[in-house]
Amino acid sequence: MSSSKVKRKLSGRKKSAKKYPLKVEKIGKKFGGISAVNNVSFSVEKGSITGLIGPNGAGKSTTFDLITGVTSSDTGVVKFNGEDITRKRPYQIANIGLVRTFQITRELKEMTVMENVMLAPKNQMGEQLSNVLLSKGRKRVESQEEEMLEKAWETLDIFHLDKLANEYAGNLSGGQRKLLEMARVMMMDPSMILLDEPMAGVNPTLKNQIITLIKKLSKKGYTFLLVEHDMDVVMNHCNPIIVMHNGGVILEGTPSEISTNERVIDAYLGGSE
Amino acid sequence: MKFDIEMLLKNDVRIVVSTFVGISFLFIIVAMILGLDFNGTVNTIQRIMFLSAVYAMVVLALNLQWGYAGIFNIGVAGFMLSGVYTMAIITGDPNGLIPGLGLPLPIGIVGGVLVSGLLGLLISIPTLKLKADYLAIVTIGFAEIIRYTANALTFKTFSIAGVEMGTGAGRGIHLPMNPIRGLYYIDPSNMGLGKTIVGEYIFGFFEIVQVQSSVVVSWTYAIVLIFIVGLFYVVTYRIGNSPFGRVLKAIREDELVANALGKNTDIYKMKVFAIGCGLMGLAGILWQGSYGYTNPTTFQPILTFYIFIALIIGGSGSNTGSVIGGVVFASLLFEGPNFVRRVIMHVFKFDKAPNSIIEAMIPISSLDFEPFISYSLANISSLRVVFLGLVLVYIIQNRPDGLLGDRKELAASIDISRRPVTETREGKEA
Repeated sequence: MSSSKVKRKLSGRKKSAKKYPLKVEKIGKKFGGISAVNNVSFSVEKGSITGLIGPNGAGKSTTFDLITGVTSSDTGVVKFNGEDITRKRPYQIANIGLVRTFQITRELKEMTVMENVMLAPKNQMGEQLSNVLLSKGRKRVESQEEEMLEKAWETLDIFHLDKLANEYAGNLSGGQRKLLEMARVMMMDPSMILLDEPMAGVNPTLKNQIITLIKKLSKKGYTFLLVEHDMDVVMNHCNPIIVMHNGGVILEGTPSEISTNERVIDAYLGGSE
Repeated sequence: MKFDIEMLLKNDVRIVVSTFVGISFLFIIVAMILGLDFNGTVNTIQRIMFLSAVYAMVVLALNLQWGYAGIFNIGVAGFMLSGVYTMAIITGDPNGLIPGLGLPLPIGIVGGVLVSGLLGLLISIPTLKLKADYLAIVTIGFAEIIRYTANALTFKTFSIAGVEMGTGAGRGIHLPMNPIRGLYYIDPSNMGLGKTIVGEYIFGFFEIVQVQSSVVVSWTYAIVLIFIVGLFYVVTYRIGNSPFGRVLKAIREDELVANALGKNTDIYKMKVFAIGCGLMGLAGILWQGSYGYTNPTTFQPILTFYIFIALIIGGSGSNTGSVIGGVVFASLLFEGPNFVRRVIMHVFKFDKAPNSIIEAMIPISSLDFEPFISYSLANISSLRVVFLGLVLVYIIQNRPDGLLGDRKELAASIDISRRPVTETREGKEA
């Protein structure tokens, strides 16, 4: 291959990675004899709000786990911004800007809401022992914490959690816990966010606020991949939508394509299951 | 916003000092009931302060691992032993019965801390993936391996690269002379050679109030220990009340979340395990350092159990609670029963205690409780374990967070509970 061809190919790759920061290629996972995810491939476009839907047991959350390194895949490749992250660990993936929330909320119960949120920012000087123990370093830590604290209050304002800042996270309601998880990942300044059923247990008013916020962030360039069962949210705000069934992707398309597809209707929207 | 020092001075130091003063006052009353003279009273308080300081140090170290990070290390005694024995081997006389390396005491202390910390680090690498109960099994097993190694005849004396050294096996090992003696005596190993100027002055002063020089030496050692408790507190407080401590708490609550938020939890666990074990080693050195001798029996697994009880009493996750727990445990629960026995025996003048529990219980049928009480008091050291178990059950049922565990101790280097005041066009806004 000539050098100009190689350059063209590489530049093409870069472009592709720029437009599609997340690329999932033929990933698969078996638990015992059961194939939870089988040969799944899709790409997520930058700045999009991509929906991932399917009936219970379709493999959506497992796909999230495989992308974020919580579970290691048996086959396939996951690329983020062109970098192979298939074998990376969750903390490494989070640190390159791909973060997630969990289907069953995992708030840090015996820590306050503010502690939960202040945990998230990257590159905290106070996470280095030398900075914590020595007075000189501690001053820098304090100054950085002051800055983070302001941002944390702003984030809590956005998610309507400011009045609960000093409450233990374990005392929050289900909906508030969902909000806390989102606030926490936002503090990481990610470029892409995987939200696992963010609307579950959230009241309609708050739901609208979350949708507005997601759309606002998506316009700013944040990319979202949403697992969601609320079809109003998915059909009105996600585009494209990826449909999974029995561990595989059965369709990817616009909301109108999805809502009229017979396989999708059979499998999820109105079929026997 | 100067959060830590102000908060400390306002609240926590006051709590700790009040506890120390209150307990000292209690033991002064006990000493008065027992009819002890001033020297005896001062000596009693010294013993209580010494043990309280030792427990406070180890509990602070354990709190870092268990209270903050949720690491269930029940091999505390083993890490204390490794510190003491390393120090003994490094500083031991090369020509002694149990030979050592003959190096100065400071090197021995640093070596002891490093070896305990390194052992902690080594054991953490393969085990930190284990869940709490399995980690507990491994750590107690490891501690017992260390104790059995120190106890083994094979290691009574051995040589590495031609250098002779040893553990002394079951007979134990000599430790360097209490360094405090060097402050008061020209030759710490031979008091007959005379006192230093400090010794002349201080001993002379205390002679007026009839306090013996040995008690003055012990008190000085206890004061040094209390000062070191302060250093332990500063170290553990700075680690805990920081973003580092926040990650530790997150690991305790849900390690996967901490990981998903970009924290390499394995590294944090290894660091905190190594630091905690190093501090345990140092606490062991300072504890046994004043006795001049130690043996493996001192480091039975029950020692770890005692330290856990102290932490549970004080409040897991709280540094101030750890100090309070250590003081309350050492003074009231560990030493207290012996003083209760002495007071009751002194006041009521019981006859000789029966030889067995059966002999003690038979007279109860005729409503004669004296033999049973007398027997119980004579065996109060054994009954102490039962008593501790009861206290533990009571605390877990009625105050599971311990004395101070329910306080909100935020893991941050600044006060994150208040919204910073920001300047706006309209003026200050909260």
